[in-house]
Amino acid sequence: MTDRLPGFSTLAVHAGAQPDPTTGARATPIYQTTSFVFNDADHAASLFGLQAFGNIYTRIGNPTNAVLEERVAALEGGTAALAVASGHAAQVIVLQQLMRPGDEVLAARKLYGGSINQFTHAFKAFGWNVAWADPDDVASFERAVTPHTKAIFIESIANPAGSITDIEAIAAVARKAGVPLIVDNTLASPYLIKPIDHGADIVVHSLTKFLGGHGNSLGGVIVDAGTFDWSKDNKYPMLSEPRPEYHGIRIQETFGNFAFAIACRVLGLRDLGPALSPFNAFMILTGIETLPLRMQKHCDNAKAVAEFLSSHPAVSAVNYAGLPDDRYHQLQRKYSPKGAGAVFTFSLKGGYDAGVNLVSNLKLFSHLANVGDTRSLVIHPASTTHSQLDDEAKVRSGAGPDVVRLSIGIEDKEDLIADLDQALRA
Amino acid sequence: MNHDAYDDNYIRSILNNVKSIAMVGASPVNVRPSYFAFKYLAQRGYDMIPVNPGHVGKELMGKPFVASLADIGRPIDMVDIFRNSSHIMPVVDEALKLSPPPKVIWMQLGARDDAAAEKAEAAGLKVVMNRCPKIEYGRLSSEISWMGVNSRTLSSKRAPVPTQGMRLSLNRSSFGGGQTAASDRAAKNKTETT
Repeated sequence: MTDRLPGFSTLAVHAGAQPDPTTGARATPIYQTTSFVFNDADHAASLFGLQAFGNIYTRIGNPTNAVLEERVAALEGGTAALAVASGHAAQVIVLQQLMRPGDEVLAARKLYGGSINQFTHAFKAFGWNVAWADPDDVASFERAVTPHTKAIFIESIANPAGSITDIEAIAAVARKAGVPLIVDNTLASPYLIKPIDHGADIVVHSLTKFLGGHGNSLGGVIVDAGTFDWSKDNKYPMLSEPRPEYHGIRIQETFGNFAFAIACRVLGLRDLGPALSPFNAFMILTGIETLPLRMQKHCDNAKAVAEFLSSHPAVSAVNYAGLPDDRYHQLQRKYSPKGAGAVFTFSLKGGYDAGVNLVSNLKLFSHLANVGDTRSLVIHPASTTHSQLDDEAKVRSGAGPDVVRLSIGIEDKEDLIADLDQALRA
Repeated sequence: MNHDAYDDNYIRSILNNVKSIAMVGASPVNVRPSYFAFKYLAQRGYDMIPVNPGHVGKELMGKPFVASLADIGRPIDMVDIFRNSSHIMPVVDEALKLSPPPKVIWMQLGARDDAAAEKAEAAGLKVVMNRCPKIEYGRLSSEISWMGVNSRTLSSKRAPVPTQGMRLSLNRSSFGGGQTAASDRAAKNKTETT
């Protein structure tokens, strides 16, 4: 029996799903239930003790969510995954397994504004420190590593300007420091970039964006690459030490190369509680089936729009890695050759006021705080997603006052260009 | 035999064909990985024999502990070794003295002894190292998918509803040959650091 290696599109449709054993339903059923009956007292004890595979309570696991988890793990080339309520929930659960008060996460300065806020303010209350480095300067990561560093966190394609990160170079820094590399792959999706192939140990996503793809359901996911030795040097006691809440089980010893995903589930999701609704899991799964088709259209449309804007008299600059003279173009060709994604920024000669006018004149683009929707979206980061940053941090993260961010949808590109053209002229 | 990454068909043929498994280092303590694996494999219909000289006189899931492989007194198909890498060789030597010898030597997750593997393979035995039979059974049957694990298998067939004590089909179609880029990299990192 020779098995052939299925392609990405086949995995996007099939991985993790099979006809329902009970009914034969071919689409993945929505198991909209809080809890699952036990066969007997011994079965219940086995499940609670992590000795048996199976379902207990939807805060810990759910069959619909499990299909989504396996599908994303397969698309990313990981050993296992955990779906949670949002991308932010994924980030807090990942770091909860790695950090203790006084520990440090070393993060790229160019992140989604919401992540910068979460890292800077919310995590401070947990006693987790954040050190920032410049993703365009790998040496700045090396310099920032300290004995307290427990993880490095980057985005593969960085918000808001769609800049491409040299994942392999930063993975080398993480490996030398003996810490895992966490990559937020939201803006690329595994269709464009598979960070695990480039040295990531953990991948996180906001499923809300391109994976779900239709702007209708929040979700997040954590993918375990199965590559990191959590027991070395006793740096990660959540994984290497006996867990009192499970009668002394050691997670890595018991679960091997998917121990991190299990720790996130049984120590993170179980106790912090941000579970994904099975209904959202179903919506996101349905979205993922068309990810390869949508993502290519997103990229092709974005490139056409970026080319149009770069020759427009009202525009002073376009930051899109798919343009041949963009500073990230070489990195894009290496890491994301099928396209440069669909989220990028451009600057207007007319500054802040021109940005505000453009947003109000657009008729097809929607003014809102999301990306990765079928619909084309526009936002002025300085007054919204990045508004809580100080002016210097705004400019540093690519969200200066004259900057407009677009998330290009899958409409006809001619209509998107016409809408931008009329709005820039108005 | 490449012991860094096994083809799924290799693991599948072992788990489909062995019936009796002697577990060396089986523990009656219900939080130890050996207890988990013993219980699961027994529930999936394997004839399990616990081997541990420290627990003779006790039982595990109703099966009496024996002190050594020689004490089993009947042919066995597979020896599953729950010992550290440094304690593997004597167990393999003991297994090779059995008449008939077992068909498979399996070393648990974290355990690897290439010299012992070579010796067993030279005697015609199949060897698996640094894997857990419970995890592999759960993966190939996709039962483990219920925990979000990438089974690396696909099937468009309706599976029977799993019940207690039922053998599950392990014959789904595999992708990646039991390997992923990540597992290759993990193996490579390990070689470089040792």
